[in-house]
Amino acid sequence: MNQSELAKERYLELVKKATPNSKILKNCVKAFIIGGLICCLGQFIHAVLERFGLSKTEVSSYTSIILVFLGAFFTGIGWYDKLGNFAGAGSIVPITGFANSVTAPAVEFKKEGFILGVGAKMFIVAGPVIVYGTLASVLVGLFYFFTR
Amino acid sequence: MNKHLGGQSIKFAEPVSIVSAASVVGSKEGEGPLSRYFDVILSDILAGKKSWEKAESEILRQSLELAVKKADTELDKIDYIITGDLLNQNTGSTYGAMDLQRPMFAVFGACSTIGEALSLGAVFVDGGFAHTVLAGASSHFCAAEKQFRFPLELGTQRPPSSTWTVTGAGSFVLSKDGEAPFITGVTTGKIVDMGVKDQNNMGAAMAPAAADVIAAHFRDFKRTPGYYDCIITGDLGTVGKELLIKLLDAEGFDISKNHTDCGIEIFNPEIQDTHAGGSGCACSAVTFAGYFYSKLKKREINRVLFVPTGALLSPVSFMQGENIPSIAHAVVAENKR
Repeated sequence: MNQSELAKERYLELVKKATPNSKILKNCVKAFIIGGLICCLGQFIHAVLERFGLSKTEVSSYTSIILVFLGAFFTGIGWYDKLGNFAGAGSIVPITGFANSVTAPAVEFKKEGFILGVGAKMFIVAGPVIVYGTLASVLVGLFYFFTR
Repeated sequence: MNKHLGGQSIKFAEPVSIVSAASVVGSKEGEGPLSRYFDVILSDILAGKKSWEKAESEILRQSLELAVKKADTELDKIDYIITGDLLNQNTGSTYGAMDLQRPMFAVFGACSTIGEALSLGAVFVDGGFAHTVLAGASSHFCAAEKQFRFPLELGTQRPPSSTWTVTGAGSFVLSKDGEAPFITGVTTGKIVDMGVKDQNNMGAAMAPAAADVIAAHFRDFKRTPGYYDCIITGDLGTVGKELLIKLLDAEGFDISKNHTDCGIEIFNPEIQDTHAGGSGCACSAVTFAGYFYSKLKKREINRVLFVPTGALLSPVSFMQGENIPSIAHAVVAENKR
C-alpha cells in the first residue's frame, strides 16, 4: 500500500467523511438535564441543611461532603457509569463526577493491592485536575497579590 | 515443491484440516445475534475467578480443552499450542495454556492474532513439523478496558466510531488428517500505517492493513473477489467496512457483495449499545469458530477468505502520540482440497 505522506493525507480525509460524529445537540440536552438535576439535588440538600441552622460555610462543606459520598456510593454499586454513559458531561462536571473519577480506579485496581493498586492508581483520572487546579490557583493568587 | 506463492502467500501442498472449532463467550455476546452458534455462554463475567485477567485465561483454557474434546482427540496428541491475546506480555495465554502442559508458542498480532495462529499452525502441519496443532485467541472486555482505556466504573461516553471488546475465546484443532473445511492457503500481512491516531476509531486504523493483504492475496493467487462466498474481516466495524470497500475499489477489487465483518455480525448495535461493532482477539476467533465454521461444515458456504485485523498499539505508544500501525492476516478456508 502506498504509505506516502500524500496518500496518508488523502486517507485521513476519507476517514473524516466515513466517521460518524457524536450527536452534539442531543448530548448537550441530556447533559443539561442530568447536570441540572444533580445541581438541584445539591441545592435541595443545601436548603435542608440551612433549616438545621448551620452557618453558611458549614452548609457548603456538608453539601459537598454529601454529594461526594453519593457520587462514590453510586460508583461502588455500579450505577454511576451507566448514568455517565447517558448524561456525558452532565454527570462528569458536578462534584459527583469528581468523586466517580477517584472511586472508579480505586475499585478497579483493588486487585493489585492497597499500596500500589488502590493507593497509587486512585488518582489516574483525577490527578491532572488536582495538579493543574492547584497550579492555576497559585498563579491566580500570585497575580492577585501583585496587582491588587 | 515450492509452496511460497507471489510476494507474501503460501499455497499448501497438503491442505490442513480444521478438525474442530470451539467458542466460549461472555453473556453480552450470548445475547447477540449469533448466540445459538456459540458452544458455551458464560453467565459470570469473572468466570468464577478473582480478576478480569484470570477470567480471560480461564475462558481460553475452556475453549482450548473444548476444541480438543470436539476433535475427538487427547491433549497428549497435540504437538503444539499457538495462542495469543491482548494483555501485556501475553499473560492471558500464559495462564490459560499453562495447565495443558503441551509445547507452546504465544503470539501477538493484536486482534489479528487468530489469523496469525492459524497461519503458523497450518505451516507447521503442512511442513510436517507437527501432526496436530491447537490454535486459539482470547480477549476480555473488562481486562481490555482496564489496560487500554479507563476503569470500568468511570462514567464516560463512547464516541460512535468506538468498538466493544468481545469477551471470549475461540480455538481450533488443525490436523494432517481430517475432513473439510481445509486451510488451503494463507497470505501474511505487512504492517501498514496510514496516520490514524484515534484510539476510538480502530476500524479506520485497520482498514488499510486489511485492504493491503486482501489485494496482495488476490494478486498472489491470481483470484478475484468472486472466487469466495464470503470475505470475512475481523473487527473493522461499520466505519472500517466502508473504508475497506472504498480502498479495495480503488485497487480494482469490488468486495461489496461478499464482504462481511465479524465485528458487525457479533452484536446488535441498536439494542446492545456497541456503537461501530465488536473488537478484540476473540471477536474474529469466536465468530469464525462459532458462526462461519458451522456454515462451512453445513456447506452453506464453501470458500471463505478469513482476514482477522489487528491494531498494533500499546497504552504507552498511544500516550506518546504515535500513530496506530495495523496488520491483517488472510487465511483461506475451503471445503474442497
